Amino acid sequence: MRTRLLLLAAIALVALAPVLPGVPPFWITLLSNIGLASLVTLGLVLLTGVGGLTSFGQAAFCGFAAYTSALLTTRYGFSPWLTLPIALSVTAFAAVVIGLITVRLSGHYLPLGTIAWGISIFYLFGRIEMLGRHDGLSGIPPLSILGMSLIDPKAIYYVIWFFVFAGSIATLNLLDSRMGRAIRALRGGRVAAESFGIDTARLKLIVFVYAAVLAGLSGWLYAHYQRTVNPTPFGLNAGIEYLFMAVLGGAGYVWGAIAGAFVVTLLKDVLQRVTPLIFGELAQVDSIVFGALLVLCLQFAPRGVWAFIRRLAPANSAPDIADAPALPKRDIAATGDALLSVEAIRKQFGGLVAVNDVSFGVKSGEIVALIGPNGAGKSTTFNLISGVARPTSGQVRFAGRDVSSASAQDVARLGMARTFQHVKLLPEMSVLENVALGAHLRGHAGVFQSLARLDRADEAKLLAEARRQIERVGLAEHMHKPAGSLALGQQRIVEITRALCLDPRLLLLDEPAAGLRHFEKQQLARLLGQLRTEGMSILLVEHDMGFVMDLTDHIVVLDFGSKIAEGKPEAIRQNPAVLEAYLGGVA
Amino acid sequence: MIDPIILLFLLQDGLTNGALYALLGLALVLVFTVTRVIFIPQGEFVAYGALSYALLETGRVPGTIWLLVAMGVAAFAIEAITRGSRMTGREWTTAAVLDLGLPIAIAGLTLAFASKTTPALVNLLLTLAMIAPLGPYLYRIAFQPIADSTILTLFTTAIGVHLAMTGLGLALFGAEGLRAKPLTDASLPVGPIVLTGQNIAVYLATAALIIGLWLFFERSLYGKALRATAINRVGARLVGIRTSLSGGLTFGLAAGIGAISGILIVPMTTIYYDSGFLIGLKGFVAAIIGALASYPATAIAALFVGIAEAFASFYASAFKEIIVFMLIVPVLVWRSLGAVHDDEEE
Repeated sequence: MRTRLLLLAAIALVALAPVLPGVPPFWITLLSNIGLASLVTLGLVLLTGVGGLTSFGQAAFCGFAAYTSALLTTRYGFSPWLTLPIALSVTAFAAVVIGLITVRLSGHYLPLGTIAWGISIFYLFGRIEMLGRHDGLSGIPPLSILGMSLIDPKAIYYVIWFFVFAGSIATLNLLDSRMGRAIRALRGGRVAAESFGIDTARLKLIVFVYAAVLAGLSGWLYAHYQRTVNPTPFGLNAGIEYLFMAVLGGAGYVWGAIAGAFVVTLLKDVLQRVTPLIFGELAQVDSIVFGALLVLCLQFAPRGVWAFIRRLAPANSAPDIADAPALPKRDIAATGDALLSVEAIRKQFGGLVAVNDVSFGVKSGEIVALIGPNGAGKSTTFNLISGVARPTSGQVRFAGRDVSSASAQDVARLGMARTFQHVKLLPEMSVLENVALGAHLRGHAGVFQSLARLDRADEAKLLAEARRQIERVGLAEHMHKPAGSLALGQQRIVEITRALCLDPRLLLLDEPAAGLRHFEKQQLARLLGQLRTEGMSILLVEHDMGFVMDLTDHIVVLDFGSKIAEGKPEAIRQNPAVLEAYLGGVA
Repeated sequence: MIDPIILLFLLQDGLTNGALYALLGLALVLVFTVTRVIFIPQGEFVAYGALSYALLETGRVPGTIWLLVAMGVAAFAIEAITRGSRMTGREWTTAAVLDLGLPIAIAGLTLAFASKTTPALVNLLLTLAMIAPLGPYLYRIAFQPIADSTILTLFTTAIGVHLAMTGLGLALFGAEGLRAKPLTDASLPVGPIVLTGQNIAVYLATAALIIGLWLFFERSLYGKALRATAINRVGARLVGIRTSLSGGLTFGLAAGIGAISGILIVPMTTIYYDSGFLIGLKGFVAAIIGALASYPATAIAALFVGIAEAFASFYASAFKEIIVFMLIVPVLVWRSLGAVHDDEEE
């Protein structure tokens, strides 16, 4: 509530600025420029700060929209408002084409790619005859509303800031939604996200296009505000400047976009007015200062200005998670039916056979353990089953389907949920949000519904389900804490809770008891036992023999990639081959 | 049908540029393998080298020497602030000599020697002496404090350094472009085309540097230390290699290579304060094709980039830059397909 008040105060301040007595006109110009830059930076916050995709080419997308509108209004007499959807469509189309290539680039290849097309598009604008080459296009008509021309800087100022606030609120809505959680998982949580059915490649493309459309909106406004366009503001330097704003403001925070745009635009203006007095006309002190500041900011304040401002603001109280109708549940097969069958799967890495023609099965309502010494191929087997890796040969059948070559997303959709040996939670997201990520496939709200806040009923069901699962495992008091702040044992439970949110037929647990204290292990065993009574099937990899022996119905033993034994716990305890593998034949 | 003379001429032009891009590409690979920095400011060292040399030729003193002194002082200050309390007397002396004494000596020499009659070789050495140390200072100031952060953070820092160095370039050299006299007027007719002395100097310098780098990395202890750092920073530190030293050394080599490229290119084309960026980026295209790892692949790719550029500027001059930079995209896609990036690295 208090943040909402702050937001209203900010809007009021922006609305009153032009009518306050004594505000010089160039302040309004400056504020309009800040608004235009904020829109582009807002896209970067989502793309780079949240999604982890660094782009130096955003200015090019402003150019697509600006040139589209400039051309259509000056050459073909279109009305500026009519060109808005056209300009944004052109930008979005360009973003899809460029994005299809770009988002596939990995690691540092991605920003390099954005530099390459950023420069190329800039040159392209300057070489096309129809776009006026280096001189660009001028005589662009101003916007008008109800026949009233918005040629006055104060009038367009309101239009610009209307879009800035609308864009910011829409972006906040998006981040606080089912799709938003998935977007926040892109950075550092890709493998986990895919294991819960999130199509990360498609999601990256969506974020890329979203950021481009915001940049396009800024470009369209720019064209009708400056009423002339040329290639310069759409070049690589402008793109670098936008990224600088995002980093300085605090990539990752929506309001950081405005903070960054504010500081950089203001600084640039001051430097451009002050430096000629000291250094003469030539010096480009702004770029020296910006470059140095960017370096300093990365060294001393990598989270940007907004991280500091946020600390001053009152913290939001944790929202109450209201009860909501339960999500529909999957039909569970009758206990004893075959659920998972692994038939002679094999995985070779070059000459190394990590998994050597292993076969076993999991029946519905059964807990099966996969055990073996270090390097026995347990985790690889897990990855083959869950679609993270593909078997070289052999077959995995799950719920009546061949999933040998299915992706992690497809396997999740069929009802297989997993945890990871090295906990893969998003440390800065709350426990609740991490767990709700598990229910991703059970919700339906898409990007547009989220932007317009039409996803609330759907979202309430997901969060209520997450809350129910958290309460069930006894972590209710930690629900709103960042997942990274919990002890390792609790984090493992959070991972299991997230997996439960998928409403799985089969739970795959990779060393769930590792790092747990004795008491926690007992709790975990009780939880898993309870799940079994409810009809859940579980396959787990585990080192703790006591834990495995007491809990499981069936044990499969691997050694050097091959299955050496399987059977009931009591039989395994006495199996000579197993004793040999574990104790080196001493027994 | 293409006129064979034109074809040969374009090839020669392309090979000359390609050889220069190869030099830069090699420096980029060197910096990346040792420090993981994608060294965008490489091009600025080219422009600084070219313009400093051209100014010296006209008998003027380049402002580069003051930048050198300032950066030396800054590096010294940072060293003193961050490590001062733990430094021995000997370390203080080393730091003072390298960070303060050296730049002042180079500035003094430049002031003493700068005149219209100074031989080209002296100018060349002076230029090299004032540019190469900028590398280690830059590393100390901007990169060493964040040496262990992600590739992306280092990359964004490199972009910041590029921005600052371009602005400084304008302040130091002005907006006017400069061009220098060729190192030699000799020429060698080969069939229908004529190789100028400058062409030959470019080929020789590239070949010498490639051989030099190879010897350095294969034969010298320092070279082996750098390679060890590239493969495993922590491991290198454990066996007693000072990784910060490797970083500084690498940046020095890269800055020196940049300066040499600048000196070689400025007699062939007019260089402006911001010309370096595009030249450096073309070296980049080559380095990326070589996956930022392979020296021979980078050198060959650079020749290819040079030739592609020569042909593009002849047949579609308006779209030359676009063609050259779009070359990188398929390579990036291809490289990404092969790369395994874990969540932790992102």
